[in-house]
Amino acid sequence: MKSNLILPTGKISQIRGKCISLIGNDIDTDRIIPARFLKCVNFDSLGKFVFEDDRKTLKGMHPLDLEENKDASILIVNSNFGCGSSREHAPQALMRWGIKGIIGESFAEIFYSNCIAIGIPCFTLSKKSIQVLQKKNNNKILFLEIDLKNSIAKSKNLILDLGIKESTKKMFLSGDWDATSNLLKNSSLVEKKLKELPYIRFNAES
Amino acid sequence: MSQDTLFDKVWDLHKVSSLPGGSDQIFIGLHLIHEVTSPQAFGALKDKNLKVKFPNRTVATVDHIVPTDNQSRPFKDNLAEQMIETLEKNCLQHKIRFFNIGSGNQGIVHVVAPELGLTQPGMTIACGDSHTSTHGAFGSIAFGIGTSQVRDVLATQTIAMNKLKVRQIWCENKLSHGVYAKDLILNIINKLGVKAGVGFAYEFAGPAIKALSMEERMTICNMSIEGGARCGYINPDEKTFNYIRNKLCAPKNESWDKALLWWKSLKSDKNSIYDDVIKLDASKIEPTVTWGITPGQSVSVNQQIPLLEELSQNDQLIAKEAYEYMGFNPGQSIKDTSVDVCFIGSCTNGRISDLRVAAAILKDKKISKKVKAFVVPGSEKVATEAKQEGLDKIFIDSGFQWREPGCSMCLAMNSDKLIGNQVSASSSNRNFKGRQGSPNGRTLLMSPAMVAAAAIEGKVSDVREFIDK
Repeated sequence: MKSNLILPTGKISQIRGKCISLIGNDIDTDRIIPARFLKCVNFDSLGKFVFEDDRKTLKGMHPLDLEENKDASILIVNSNFGCGSSREHAPQALMRWGIKGIIGESFAEIFYSNCIAIGIPCFTLSKKSIQVLQKKNNNKILFLEIDLKNSIAKSKNLILDLGIKESTKKMFLSGDWDATSNLLKNSSLVEKKLKELPYIRFNAES
Repeated sequence: MSQDTLFDKVWDLHKVSSLPGGSDQIFIGLHLIHEVTSPQAFGALKDKNLKVKFPNRTVATVDHIVPTDNQSRPFKDNLAEQMIETLEKNCLQHKIRFFNIGSGNQGIVHVVAPELGLTQPGMTIACGDSHTSTHGAFGSIAFGIGTSQVRDVLATQTIAMNKLKVRQIWCENKLSHGVYAKDLILNIINKLGVKAGVGFAYEFAGPAIKALSMEERMTICNMSIEGGARCGYINPDEKTFNYIRNKLCAPKNESWDKALLWWKSLKSDKNSIYDDVIKLDASKIEPTVTWGITPGQSVSVNQQIPLLEELSQNDQLIAKEAYEYMGFNPGQSIKDTSVDVCFIGSCTNGRISDLRVAAAILKDKKISKKVKAFVVPGSEKVATEAKQEGLDKIFIDSGFQWREPGCSMCLAMNSDKLIGNQVSASSSNRNFKGRQGSPNGRTLLMSPAMVAAAAIEGKVSDVREFIDK
C-alpha cells in the first residue's frame, strides 16, 4: 500500500503504472472488503484491509501481497467484478491500496458507478484480451499506459482498444466526474420538480 | 429502447435535466439512510460546506451494526456505538427523521419504510444499500447507491444516472404448495445468471407475481440485485394500495383519495415496449437451495449439485471455486447436507409473513440438538406483531433463539457470525465467501420455511414433507 496516497481530483487523461491481476469471475464486494471493516466513520484506513480474508487464506501468496506488485496501480479483472453490496468502501479500499484504474471483462453496476464517483476509471476488454493480459502479467512485471482520450492501453509490443462509455470518458477528460457540482447547478429546476410531483403534495397534506 | 413501461414513466417524471456527461439528473422522492453508508457522506457535506437540501425527504434508521442480543446503550462494541452515535448526531444536526432503537419503528431499512407507508407507488427511492430494489414491489423505482451518491442526494435531492433498459420477467401459472417467493427469485437468478441484469431494471409480471402478497413481492424485488439488476419492480394493484392504507405515513382522508387516483394510473401500458422479455413457468419451480458461492448457484432440493460439464463454459470457473470452497462434490445431493446454524431474518425474509410460515412448521416440534438456530425479526413492528401472535413462544419452544431486530447474520457486522467452516441454512440473500462472518463459513440460501425444516432435521430437507398437503 502506498504511503504517499494522493486522491484523484480534476482532469484524468492518462494512467501509467504496473498491472496487478486478480483472476476469477463474480468477485463480490464482500470479498473486496469484508463487512467487519465497514465499522468506520471514514474511509481512511481501508487500504490495508482490501481482500483481507482472501489474503489471509493465501498466506502471503495473494497477488496483493507479492513483492513485485507492491506499487501496482492498474487492476486487471475478469467478469462481473464488484457484484453484491453497494458499499463504496470496496473501491475506496482499492484506491487507498493504490489502484488508479481497472480493466475488466465486465463490472457490476453499482461498483462501476462508485468507481466513477471517486475517480477510478473502469475499462472493458474482451474475455480473450483479458486472459492475454493476465497471462503476460503472470509472475512478470507488466507496465501499461492508458490513454483515455483515445481509449487505448499500450505496453511494449501491445496496443489494446479499451471500452469506455463516451459520456464517462468525457467526464474524466473534463474533470466533471465528481457529480455534485453539476447537480448543484440545477437547484431551481430541482425546486420546480419538487412542486410538480403529485406525491409530494398528497403526502404533505396528511 | 423501452417505451411506456412503469419504469419509463417514473423515470421521465423525475428527470430534472440532461447532464453534460450524458447521464440524467434524477430527483429522488424518498432517501433512506442508515449508519454504515452515511457517515462519510455527511463528512463530505461538511468538507464542501453544503447543507441537506430537503431534510424531510430523508428518513433514517439503524440496522446493520445493531447487536441482536443486548441492545442497551452504550453498545458493547465501541465501533458500533460510535457509528450509531454518529448517525444520531447527523440526524439531529440536519433535522432528519430518525427511527432509533426503542421508537417502535426501528428495523432493517427495507422492512421499515414499507411498513411505515413511506414506500409508495410512482416514487423514486434511493438508499446506500444494494437491497433498496425491495421497494420496487410497490411500483416505485428504487435502487442502491454508493456513499458519494448518498452525499449527492443529501446535497441536491438528485443523482446523476444513466437510464436503465427494461427486461420483463413474465411468470406464468402459480407457485405450488410449499414453494415460496424465495424459490421463485432464486430460480430466476439461476436461469438468467448473476450478471444478466447489469444495465437493466427488471419488471416482474404475470399471474404468478400477481398472486403473491406484498411481502412476497418484496422478497422478489429485494433479490433483483443478486441477478445484477440494480432495480426491480412490480406494477401496483389493489394489494399494493391495501397494504399502504392506514400505515403511519400513508396519505389520509382526502389525500388518500388523491393518492389512490394517481397510483391507479401508474402501470406499464398494455402495448409498452421492453428491451427484453423472458418467460418462465412458476408451477414447475420446487423448493430451492444454493450450493455455491453466488446466489445463481442453486438447485431444487431433490436435485444434485451440477457436474462441471453440465454448466456453460462461463459458469465453470466460478463453479470450480465453489466446489472447493464449499467442500461439496459435483453430483452430490444437496438434500441431507448437514447444517450447523439456522438463521431466519434479513431484508429478504425477515417480515411477519416469513415468521408465520416458519413458526407453522416449527409448532410442537423440536429442532435438532446439534443446530444453533435463531430468528431475527426484520423490525420492532414485526417483533411486536409476532409476540402478539405468540410466534416468539413457538420459536423458543422449538429451540430457536428469539432476538432483537437488525440485519444480523445476513452480513455479520454485529456479533452474530458463523465460526470456522460451519454451514448455515439461511433465509438471507447472499452466499458469498465469508459473507456470514467467518472467512471460510458456508451459506445455503433458502426460504424461511426450508430453514425451519433444516433446523428440525439438522440437515437440508424438503419442507413439503412438513406441511399439510
